[in-house]
Amino acid sequence: MSAASSDLLTLVAGIFGVLILASAIGYVLQQRLSPTGSNASIENLNARIKAWWIMVVLIGIAFVAGRIGVLILFGFCSFAALREFVTLINTRRADHWALAAAFFIVVPVQYYLLWAEEYGIFSIFIPVYAFLLMPIISVLRGDTERFLIRIAEVQWALMICVFCASHVPALLTLNIPGYEGRNVLLIAFLVIVVQLSDVLQYVWGKLFGHTKIAPKLSPSKTVEGFVGGVISATLIGAALWWITPFTPGEAGLLAFIITLMGFFGGLVMSAIKRDRGIKDWGNLIEGHGGLIDRLDSVVFSAPIFFHIVRYWWSL
Amino acid sequence: MKAFVTTAAAAGIVVFARAVTAVRAIWPEEGFPPRPCIYFANHSSHGDFVLVWAVLPPRLRHQARPVAGAEYWLKSRLNRFIGRDVFNAVLIARERDKRTEDPIAQMASVIDTGSSLILFPEGTRNQSDAPLLPFKSGIFHLVTARPDVDLVPVWINNLNRVMPKGEIVPIPLICTVTFGNALRLSPDEAKDAFLARMQTALLALSPRPAGSDE
Repeated sequence: MSAASSDLLTLVAGIFGVLILASAIGYVLQQRLSPTGSNASIENLNARIKAWWIMVVLIGIAFVAGRIGVLILFGFCSFAALREFVTLINTRRADHWALAAAFFIVVPVQYYLLWAEEYGIFSIFIPVYAFLLMPIISVLRGDTERFLIRIAEVQWALMICVFCASHVPALLTLNIPGYEGRNVLLIAFLVIVVQLSDVLQYVWGKLFGHTKIAPKLSPSKTVEGFVGGVISATLIGAALWWITPFTPGEAGLLAFIITLMGFFGGLVMSAIKRDRGIKDWGNLIEGHGGLIDRLDSVVFSAPIFFHIVRYWWSL
Repeated sequence: MKAFVTTAAAAGIVVFARAVTAVRAIWPEEGFPPRPCIYFANHSSHGDFVLVWAVLPPRLRHQARPVAGAEYWLKSRLNRFIGRDVFNAVLIARERDKRTEDPIAQMASVIDTGSSLILFPEGTRNQSDAPLLPFKSGIFHLVTARPDVDLVPVWINNLNRVMPKGEIVPIPLICTVTFGNALRLSPDEAKDAFLARMQTALLALSPRPAGSDE
């Protein structure tokens, strides 16, 4: 068995252990404190645990299927996230072809470029080509009503849901000496650290939080939750150094950076939700929010993580 | 054989509608309507009744029959197959002089058989900026003839953005179908008051316009 697959197995066993423990705790809490489903915090916790199970199983299947599996998984995530985003933005009939192009051309092309490992065009396809061509498609219909808002929102949707999200699977294209064949573990590192940071902030906040950190944006986020979550996620990141090409110190520093990006990403996406007057991005899992609600922090940290690793570790 | 083909076509259409729109039903606290009723909805797309039909639980779906314009649904063999065989639509002749049957009597007799109706009281697809067109009086005459039947308002959101009139490629935006509590004709309620009350009840289900202002 190769080093990569044995590391992956250890990791999977660890994750399953943590999830089984979390499910058990959730179950006991529900039996003790919320047998009728009346305690919103416990119901929310159990909903999150369920979402992680689904996430872990899907990512696990994708890893087993290899590069193409990971690309298809994230391609579908981008598609679903874009659909949640565009549902909430200002569009008019004149944007119809631009939106059709966003869904049926931009998403597949971006992921095809990853598959073809065309890094140069991959990294500018949306920021340059989509940026210039989408408003051209819209303007041909001659509808100027709120034109700037419309084209800006579509570009923002593409940047967040497709460009940024595609930097998670882009980690597979990095060529890191001595780390060949193990790049999926970088995806695992990123997703685990950011997701754990989210949940640890939530847990620390529930246990010790009383100072609101951004009352206007996200009333449930507290200073105590933020500090506790970031520190513990950084430590977990450092402890996961063995699945990465980093030293424990480097792994901790990178974990710290992506946790911060994830936190602020969550705030930005909350602000957008407030602006639109909604609580959740969608209803992917009935009643538990949409895909963007679960992925907002990963989406914000992925490009930064990718570029740091690419600049300092990759050939 | 024919039954199999229509069932398969219906299942295919429902899967397609769900894949494109990720449609989600929002039911009122009261839950599903307990007996056959008239679902009345806003109308902006040919896909409207498909969406309502797709989100109804199978038990309610089998007894629900959309009311649709005969001219459109008898136009071609495919339209005829979908409208008459798959959806079992109650087809109404739009033009008065082509009518052989009174539409109110037609709909009332369907209600008498224990079916539900899916009705679009605006009469035509709304292409205007207004959220609703004024209701036609048909729905009033129908409940005057059958005053014991429940009226369930149904707001279809976003489908007009998925497939605006004249476009061929659907945009896969998320649609919702919101059902309201059942209403009835009050004794001695005049036509205009009744229609106004129904329009208000339907509009009350529409969410704050997220995105499109069309």
